[in-house]
Amino acid sequence: MSSMSLAGIAIAMPEIYLLGAISLLLLVDLFLPERLRQVTYIGALGTLVLTAYVVALSAGSFGGREYGLSGMYVRDDLARLLKLVTCATVAATFLYGRDYLIARGLFKGEFFVISLLAVLGIFVMASAGSLLTMYLGIEILALSQYTLVAFDRESPVAAESAMKYFVLGAIASGMILYGISIIYGVTGTFSLGELSVGVTADLVHNVGLLFGVAFLLAGIAFKFGAVPFHMWVPDVYHGAPTAVTLFLGAAPKLAYFALIFRVLAQGLGGMSGAWDGMVTVLALLSIGLGSLVGLSQTNIKRLLAYSTIANVGFVLLGIGAGTPDGYRAALFYTITYVLMALGSFATIILLSRKGFESDRIDDFKGLARSSPWFAWMMLFLMMSTAGIPPFVGFFSKLYVLQAVVGAGHPWVAGIALVFSVIAAFYYLKIVKVMFFDEPETDAVVSGGPALRFLLSLNALATLALGFTSTALLAAIAHTIR
Amino acid sequence: MLINILFYLFSATLITASLGVVLARNSVHSAMFLVLAFFTSSGLWLLLGAEFLAIVLVLVYVGAVMVLFLFVVMMLDVNVAQMREGFTRYAPLGALIALIVIAEICYVVWHPSLKLDMLGLTSDVAASASNTRSLGLVLYTKYAYPFQLAAVLLLLAIVAAITLTMRQRPNLKKQDISAQVAVRKGDRLRVVQVASEKRP
Repeated sequence: MSSMSLAGIAIAMPEIYLLGAISLLLLVDLFLPERLRQVTYIGALGTLVLTAYVVALSAGSFGGREYGLSGMYVRDDLARLLKLVTCATVAATFLYGRDYLIARGLFKGEFFVISLLAVLGIFVMASAGSLLTMYLGIEILALSQYTLVAFDRESPVAAESAMKYFVLGAIASGMILYGISIIYGVTGTFSLGELSVGVTADLVHNVGLLFGVAFLLAGIAFKFGAVPFHMWVPDVYHGAPTAVTLFLGAAPKLAYFALIFRVLAQGLGGMSGAWDGMVTVLALLSIGLGSLVGLSQTNIKRLLAYSTIANVGFVLLGIGAGTPDGYRAALFYTITYVLMALGSFATIILLSRKGFESDRIDDFKGLARSSPWFAWMMLFLMMSTAGIPPFVGFFSKLYVLQAVVGAGHPWVAGIALVFSVIAAFYYLKIVKVMFFDEPETDAVVSGGPALRFLLSLNALATLALGFTSTALLAAIAHTIR
Repeated sequence: MLINILFYLFSATLITASLGVVLARNSVHSAMFLVLAFFTSSGLWLLLGAEFLAIVLVLVYVGAVMVLFLFVVMMLDVNVAQMREGFTRYAPLGALIALIVIAEICYVVWHPSLKLDMLGLTSDVAASASNTRSLGLVLYTKYAYPFQLAAVLLLLAIVAAITLTMRQRPNLKKQDISAQVAVRKGDRLRVVQVASEKRP
C-alpha cells in the first residue's frame, strides 16, 4: 500500500517528531538527579520550539488540503495555524508555571512529559481526517488533562476535582463514541472527507444521522464546558494547581475548536441546518449562565471559569452561524481568547507564592499601590476579556456578532450583547478592587524576570492586536474557505 | 436444524446467566455468571460467523478482565446486603430504562426510513470470508495511524498511573538482600568486657 511507504508517513512528520522527542525526554528524565530537573524543563521548551519549526517546514502547498495515511490525516493551513499557536501557548504555560511548580514541589519531569503528550493529542485533533483519529486525539488530550489536575497528590481538593473531571469526562467520551458509532452505522464511513461529500442537505431529516449528531454534539459541548454540560468547569479550574488551570484554560480550547469545526462544519457541513440551532442554543445558554453566575463569585479562579463558559459561548455562536464568516470569527475568537486566558491565569501565578495561593478576588486589593505596572497589565487583560475597545477582545466579539447578524439572526446577537454587558461588570469589579481598595495583605509580586517580561508582553499584545485586528483576521481568514 | 437448536440453547443460557449476574446474592457467583454470559455470547458470535470477535471475547474478557474482577471482588470486603438495600426502590426505574432501550432497539431494527448505508460505501463480502484475515490485512496498513495512536494512549496511561501512585517514602522499612548477605560478624556482634562486680 502506498500509504505505508516512507513518503506516505512523512506527512505526519510533526507528530512523529514530537512523539520521538517525548519518548527521549521520558528516558532522559528517568536518569536525571533531582538537582538537574531543569534539563527536562529546558528539553520540553526546546521540543516545543523544534516541533513548531517542523510544523512550519511541513508547508506543502499553501491553501490546499492534503489527505494522508489512508485519509486518516489531513494537512492544511488550519491545522498548521492551530499547531503553531498550540506550541506557543504551551511554551508560555511552561514559562509561567515554572516558579509555581518549584515552590510547591511539583517541578517533576512527568509534568512536562504529560503536558507534551497533551500537545500531541491537540496535534492529532488539529489534523484529524477521520472520526477515528479525532476520537483518539480527544482521548490522548483528556487522559493527560485528568492526570495533570490530580498532579498535586497532597491536595485533597485537587484529587476530588480530578475524580469529578475523570468520571464526567468518561461519560462525555462515551457519548462522543456513541455518536460516532451511530454515524458510522448509517453512513458506513469514518472519513470526514467522504462524509463532507456524501452528507447533503436532503439528509437533514434522517433520524439515524440526527441521533448520532445529537450525541456527538453533547460530548463536544462537555469538552468545551458549554451549558448545560458545564458543571465540571468551576470545580476543576478551582481545584487544580494554578499552573495546571493555566494549561487547561488555554491550549485545549484550540483542539476543541478543531474538533467542532472539522466534525460539524467540514464533515457534516452539508446538514448544517440540522445542527446550527442546537449549537446556537448551547451558545446562548453558556453566555447567559457564564455572565450571570460569574457575578457572585469571590474566588478569582472560579470567576475565570465562569468567564471561560461565557467565552466558549461566543466561539459556539460563531460556529452556530453556519457560514464561513462565522467559522472565521470563531477561530479568531478562540485564538484571542487563549491569549487573554493565558495572561489572566498567569497574573494569579504572579501574585501567589509558597503557601499562599492568591486566588481570592480580595487578594488583588490595592495591587495598584504595591505594583502599579502589573495592576495596569491586569487592567488590560480584564478590559480585553470584557470586550472594551480598543483591546482585541472587543474586535473578536464584534466579528462573531457581525457573522451572526450576517447569517440572519439579529436577535441572537442582541441577547449575546446584553449578557456580555452584564459580564463586563465582574471584569470591572477586579479593576475596581485593584485600583480603589486598600490592600489587605502585604503581598508583593513574586515571580522571576522571565515571568514578568512574558506577562507584560502578553498583556500588551491584547492592546497591540486590537489595533491590528483587521490584518490578524485577514491572516486567519485564509485558513478557512 | 442443528444451528437453530444451538442458537436457542445459547440464547436461553445467556439470558439465564445475565439474570444470575444481577440476582445472585454472592458477588463471586455474580462474576462467575458473567463469565458464563461471555462464553455463551461468544458462542452466538461463532454461529454468526464472527470467529475473531468470539475468540477475542473469550481471551480478553474471560481471560483477563473477569480475572481482575474476581481479584477485586475477593480483595474488597463488599457488604452485599448494604448494596442491595435500594433494590426494590430502584427496580421500577431500572425496568423503565430497560423498556426504553428495548423500544429503541426495535425502532432501529424495524424502522424502514432509517436508510442504513445511505452513502453506499460498504461492500458485501462473502459469508465464508475469514474475518481474522480481513482484519489482519487492514489493521497494520490502512489503520496503521490509529493503531499507533492507541499505542501512544497506552503509554500515556502507564506514565499517568505511575505518576499518580508511585511515592517514595523516606522512612520505609524494606529488605536489602545484598546488604544482608554481605554482613559480617563484626558488623553485628560486639564483644564487651563487663567488669565483674564484687559479691555484696
